[in-house]
Order: sequence, then structure tokens, then C-alpha cells
Amino acid sequence: MRREPPQKLADYGPLVFPAGMLIVFFVVPFATMIAVSFFRRDPAGFYTPDFVFDNYARFLSLFFGKVLGFSLFLAIAVAICCVVLAVPFTYLLARTRRKTQVLWLVALLSVLSLSEVIIGFAWSTLFSRTAGITNLFVALGLMSEAVALNPSFGAVLTAMVYQALPYTVLVLYPALVRLDPTLTEAARTLGASPLRAFFTVVVPALRNTILATLIMVFIFALGSYLLPQILGRPQHWTLSVLITDQAIYQSNMPFAAAMAVFLVLVTLALVALTVYAGRKGEAA
Amino acid sequence: MPGLTLENVTKQFGSFTAVDKVDLSVPHGTFVCLLGPSGCGKTTLMRMIAGLDLPTSGGIRLDGADITQVPTHKRDLGMVFQSLALFPHLTVGENIAYSLRIRGIGKEEQRKRVDELLSMIHLQGFGDRPVGKLSGGQRQRVAIARALAISPRLFLLDEPLSALDAKLREAMQVELRQLQQQLGITTIVVTHDQREAMTMADTVVVMNGGRIRQAAPPVDIYRRPADAFVADFIGSTNLVDFTVDSAGRVVVLGTTVEGLAAPTGVASGVLSVRPEDLELTAPGNGALAGVVTFLRDLGGTVETFVEVGGRQLVAVSMPHARPDVTVGQPVGVRLRPEACVVLKS
Amino acid sequence: MNTFLQRCYFALFGLFLAMPLIVVAGVSVNEKQTLAFPPQGFSLSWYGEIFANPEWRSALIASLTLAALSAALALIIALPLAWFLWRRHAPWANVFQLLGIAPFTLPPVITALGFLTFWATTGFYGQPATAVISHAIFFVTLPLVTLSLGFSSIDRSLVEAAATMGADDRTVFRTVVLPLIRPYLVSGYAFAFVLSLNEYIVAYMTVGFTLETLPIKIFNALRYGYTPTMASVTILFVVVAATIFGLVARFGDLPKLLGAMSSRE
Repeated sequence: MRREPPQKLADYGPLVFPAGMLIVFFVVPFATMIAVSFFRRDPAGFYTPDFVFDNYARFLSLFFGKVLGFSLFLAIAVAICCVVLAVPFTYLLARTRRKTQVLWLVALLSVLSLSEVIIGFAWSTLFSRTAGITNLFVALGLMSEAVALNPSFGAVLTAMVYQALPYTVLVLYPALVRLDPTLTEAARTLGASPLRAFFTVVVPALRNTILATLIMVFIFALGSYLLPQILGRPQHWTLSVLITDQAIYQSNMPFAAAMAVFLVLVTLALVALTVYAGRKGEAA
Repeated sequence: MPGLTLENVTKQFGSFTAVDKVDLSVPHGTFVCLLGPSGCGKTTLMRMIAGLDLPTSGGIRLDGADITQVPTHKRDLGMVFQSLALFPHLTVGENIAYSLRIRGIGKEEQRKRVDELLSMIHLQGFGDRPVGKLSGGQRQRVAIARALAISPRLFLLDEPLSALDAKLREAMQVELRQLQQQLGITTIVVTHDQREAMTMADTVVVMNGGRIRQAAPPVDIYRRPADAFVADFIGSTNLVDFTVDSAGRVVVLGTTVEGLAAPTGVASGVLSVRPEDLELTAPGNGALAGVVTFLRDLGGTVETFVEVGGRQLVAVSMPHARPDVTVGQPVGVRLRPEACVVLKS
Repeated sequence: MNTFLQRCYFALFGLFLAMPLIVVAGVSVNEKQTLAFPPQGFSLSWYGEIFANPEWRSALIASLTLAALSAALALIIALPLAWFLWRRHAPWANVFQLLGIAPFTLPPVITALGFLTFWATTGFYGQPATAVISHAIFFVTLPLVTLSLGFSSIDRSLVEAAATMGADDRTVFRTVVLPLIRPYLVSGYAFAFVLSLNEYIVAYMTVGFTLETLPIKIFNALRYGYTPTMASVTILFVVVAATIFGLVARFGDLPKLLGAMSSRE
């Protein structure tokens, strides 16, 4: 079957419903959001149409600068932790028997699909004083009495790494599973130890993949909105939390929209960077 | 006129001309092989016959009716694909019955026909097996049976045997030819394997660069190649330049070939002589003077490589007539005049 | 690498993934309404509570309904699109592929806010159907990706073979394409279903004040205090997800779906 361009009008038929749905329920809402970001807040209702830059101007404060800075810092920290943990794991996983792989993949998907609410709840339990991990340390004699480990930055970071780790493994998986195993075998025959072969052959060969994964995990972590709320203090809140807060609790949709648009711009810039890195990777 | 006729068929992909003004007539019940190197346009030509590609220009007629624009599914074809294209989600029987099912033929009749076809391909009792569990040769047979289920008006095969190993391929060639003769069905096979073409075809169509170079029975293709490409592509041959002297005699590598006359009006050209038509003799006496450079004894045949005036010629002989020569020995080479073919240049 | 070290690494990795769930599982079988681990006493009554308590039950039903409907809608959007992109040569149509992948790639809060402003502006805000549509668009990426993968794995000569045997386009789709694409339809639906079941922010921003899905219910419960039902629901979700992905793995080719090349080693 040759893929031919659509000839008759009827050939476009299958496209009508999906295209219509995506335009009406994704493109239009997105455009609405951008429009609203220029509207004025109406304390009585949602907003009144206008064209003002006030909502964007509001970022330019120390407070939002701090929030943005913290959001980016947190996402970068999560991305680095995840990639460092996931690269060796995925590399080893890709070389195990197929059955083992399937088992792990099912487990990873199950954790990945868990609601952020559930992850937040689970970790808040694990970090709690009454049911938490410190009870185990007490039982082992490592600590004298159980303590609560949250709210804290460490708790937020741990839970976010937990949330993003399965995602990281699944993003790395295709590249690592397709990695030519003879590469390391060749390095081994040339006298490299397995560990050396990993760092001198596998990691350089995957440089672009790793970079792309870092950026993807970074974007993924940027989207986290509940974990900082459940496990952190207000100073650990991210831009996503603020957007939700402004939209729902402060009923300031124009400002929330402006922040969202800003977040999109940051994300898009990073996606472009990912694509660029990928292109360069293919060319290399 | 019953049979398939191609008139001035051309296919262009962008600026590339895959098939260039092809005329071909395939009488009803004949077996035709489209033969040529990869990229010669043979597969594209077959795809146009099947309606899977539409010609850029030209016409295709089947039994007198113009089918150029008729969609594939209305052509009543049977086609075997290079990949075989057996449906992996269907059993052997369901694969064979597919075209019957599409045509709304009753279950009972389908079953009868499937049984008939299974016994024709010697796979009785295989109907309920999944196609994935078959061997290469068995899959091949199923693909053939599936294509023949409706007694198609045209039986098309695109490199049907290329996936099989050499032994099985030769056996299948014979089987396919016998089957075609038994059914009397108009058959077109695309292949790049000249042995396959020679084994099966009534007519071999040699293609190159999108054009038909020669369409003739296998023996003629071999014995009377139309041009240097055909001569070289079919079997192996010695191609040597010749000139015609003032007396009208053909001169090859400085030596006159006795008993060979060039067609009138030809002053020079290329001569094709098959290796089995070269005779090794003692030097002199009107033979080409050469030196043996290499001997290849293949058991069934012996090939002697002789350098004559800077050209390498190959002579083949049967083991019982093995020439008594060694490498480095000067020999004479004689061309059998009746076997020399003067080629269009 | 050293097998022993590798085992340890895998074990630690697994422990990290499992630890919170183990604790939650422990908490969920507490006899009394206490947040304690190791559990004090043993009782499965908190699992019964999910179905017995009308609030939790209606949240469960709302979530299941939302997931079932939105995954179906996502599939209905993705199937013709993926088919068209596979069947036709129309480079400009790739825009829709991109549109189908974008909602899931952007930080979810953005997609959610887009829906919120849209539904608020059009006046449908708070209606249950808006959550179904929003989730379908949000998760259309998953069936779109699995189906694109599925179509690309179909040997195009199968379609040609069917045509030579007399099948028109529609018949080819029904007798060849659809049966071959079925496992990918199922897995695409399964992915969308499980993720919709767990989704919080989009559901919250569209119908948060009118309809309680399970994740919303858990979050609300978390704000107003603690009940072990949260733990039992969490475990129920993990079991549902693991079961569904396990089934996908059992009847499909999970490594291939996730990007490994061939099904055979």
C-alpha cells in the first residue's frame, strides 16, 4: 500500500472528528487562556475582558521571582537525582531477561500512574511521626524516639523523585534497550572493566539521550502541584501550586492564566532545546 | 484479444521514470517472467498490472477491456507478494478462504474449495493451523493457494521464492510451472534470478532502466540476446569488439574469424560468445593467440581464463573434455562462428 | 556487572518504589481509626468502607465512570487520526498528531487551567460532561501513541494483498487492519483508563466543586483530617493499576509498546 495524498473530499472524512475535537477542546481553550491572561480580574465573577499587561507585570516582584527560582531549582534537582538513579538501573534492566523486564515495567507503570494525591498521602504517612519510617529506626535502635520528617524540603524532593523516577526509566528505556550490546562487549575485549565500560562507552554513547531525558524530567517535575503542598512549607510552593491557588482559591483567573502562559513559554523553550539536542544526537 | 496487453505504459515518480513506454502482450494461458536487476522497473510494472500503482500514461487491457483505472479489488487477481503477506491473525484455512469470504461465498462452499486447494499444495489437514507455525516452504504454498482460490484472471507473483533457500527454491520453481500448466492460467512472475526465469517461463521479459530490452522464449534470450545488456545479464558471456575488414570478414582482436559474416552495412560492433562456445586449441592456425591466466575447476564444469590481446576470455568445458593446459601456457582460442551473436550497439 | 551488586541495586530501587506503598498497606489494615505503622490489630474493614460508605462509594463510581467514558472518547478521537496519518500521505496533518500529544506533554496545571477558563467562558463550568471531554483530550496522547505504533507495525503489503483478493478500503479496514490493531486499541484504552482514574488537577479544575472523584475525595479527606479509608483506596488503586498493566503485558507486548524494537529476543 502506497500512502497517497487524499484525492477526494471523502478521504478527509476520518480527520473531521479528531481534528474538530482537538481544535474545539484544546486549541480554543488554550487560546481562551491566553486571552484571559490579558483580562482584568472581576471580584464579583471570573473576569472582565480587557487588554492589560498588569497580570504579567505582577511577576516582576521579589516574591514571584523567588517562587519561579525555587520551582526551577526544585525541578532541576529532581531531574538530576532521577537521571543519576535511573540511567544505571535502566541500562541493567534492558539487559535482563524479557520476563524480568516485563515485571519491572508493570511495576513502574503502576507507580507512574498513581495519583499525585496518593503519592503525597503515602509519603506523608511514611514521613509521619506515628506511622513513619522513624519508627523503624527506633525499633532498630538507631533513634531514640520517632519524629515527623515533614513538612520539609527533603520530603518534597524525595516524593517528587519518587513520582518522576518511573517516568525517567520509561523515557530512557527505548534508547537503552536498543543500545548495541556489542559496544560494551568490544570495550570488554579491549580490557575495560564492566564499570569502566559503562562510563567510557555507554554514557558517552547516550549523552544526547541523557540530556533529552533531563529536560523531559525537568518539565515533568515542573508540573508537580500537590506534593509541595502536602509535604512542604509555603516557601516550598512551586509555580504550579500558585497557579492552582490563584485560579481556584483567589479566583484570580487572569493572573493564573498569565502565570500559566509564562510556564508554557518556559516549557516550550525547553522542548525546543530537547528537539535540538535530539537532532544533534542523530547527526552525530 | 484474450490475454493482457500493455500499451505505452509509463510510470514516473517525481522526475524519476521507473517504467518507460512499455509495450507488452501476454497471450492467455502463458507464463511470463519479468527479469532484471533491482531498480529496473519490473516490480513497478507488476504493481501497475495489479492496480496497486496507476500508470502516469499508457493503457492496460485485460481480455480486451481497458482496466487501466479499475481499482485493484475489482480486477479479480491472484497475487503472491515478496513478503507473502499472509494475514497473521487468520489461520491457514481462513487465509486461503479470504477472497471467497470477501465475495460472500457460502461457508460450505468455502470449506470445500479450501480443502481442494490444501490438497493441491499437499497441505491437507493444515487448515486450522496459525500461519506463524508454518515453515518457509509451507507459507509459500499457502500464499500460492490463497492467490488461486477464486481462479483469478491473472496470477501475479512478485519475487515469490526469494525467501527460500536454494534447494527449496529450485523445487518450488518446478512445482509452480507444473501447477500453472495444469491450470492454464495467465501468469506473470517478477524475479531477478535468471535461472528461475529460464526454468518457468514461456516468455522471458528482460528489463533495464525502465524499458524492455528483450521479450522472447528462454532459449532465444540465451542464444540470441538482443543487446549487450541481455547477453551479459543472462548467464555469462564473452563480449568482444569486432571490426569488419574490406572483404566483409569479421575481425576480432586482430584475428579473422572464419565462417562468420557481419550483417551488411555494419562496420564494427560487439560480439557475444558464450563460454561453452569457445574452443581451446594449439596456438596458431587462425586461432586467437592467448595465455592461460587461471583455472577454475567446479567439479561439474571447468572454466579456463585466457588473456587475449589484453582481454580476459572465459571458456567452459565439461570435465571429460578438460583442456590439458596449465596457468601461463600459450593457447589458441577459436570462436564457433555459428554461436557468435552480433549485437546492436 | 557484578551480579550481586546488580541484585542489591535492583532491590534498593524496588524498595524505594515499594516502601510508601508497604507503609500505606500496613496503615490500611489498622483496626482502629489511627495512623499507625506497624498496624495495631488487623482488619479489612477499611476496604469494606470504600463500598459501604456512600461518600466513598459515589466517589468510586464517579471515578470509574469518568475513566471509562473519557478513555473511550480518547480512543474514538485517536483511532481515525492515527489511521489517517498511517493511510494517507499528508504531512500537514501531522499538526494534529502534535496537538494530540501536546496536552499530555505540557505541565498538567496548564492544560487544566485552559479547560477551566474555557468551560467558565462557555458557561458549562461544573457539568460532569466537561470532565469527560477534558480527560479525553488530556489523555488522547496515550491511545494516539499506542495506535501509531500499532499501525506502523502493520506490514503494508497485507493491505495490498487484501486488495488484490477483492477487498475494498472499508473491507480491508474491517477484516485486516482492525483485527491487527486490536491489542493496541486495548492497551491505549487501558493506559488512558488508569491515568484518568488517578488524575486530580484537571478533574479538580473542571468539576472539583460539583463532583468528587476518588483523587479529589482523598485530597479533601487529607485536608480535613485522616481516615484509614484513604489508605485502603490507595492500595485498591495500586492493585487496579498493576492488574490492568499486568493484563496488557500478558496479552500484549509491553516492552514493544514502551519502545523496545522487536517482540523476539
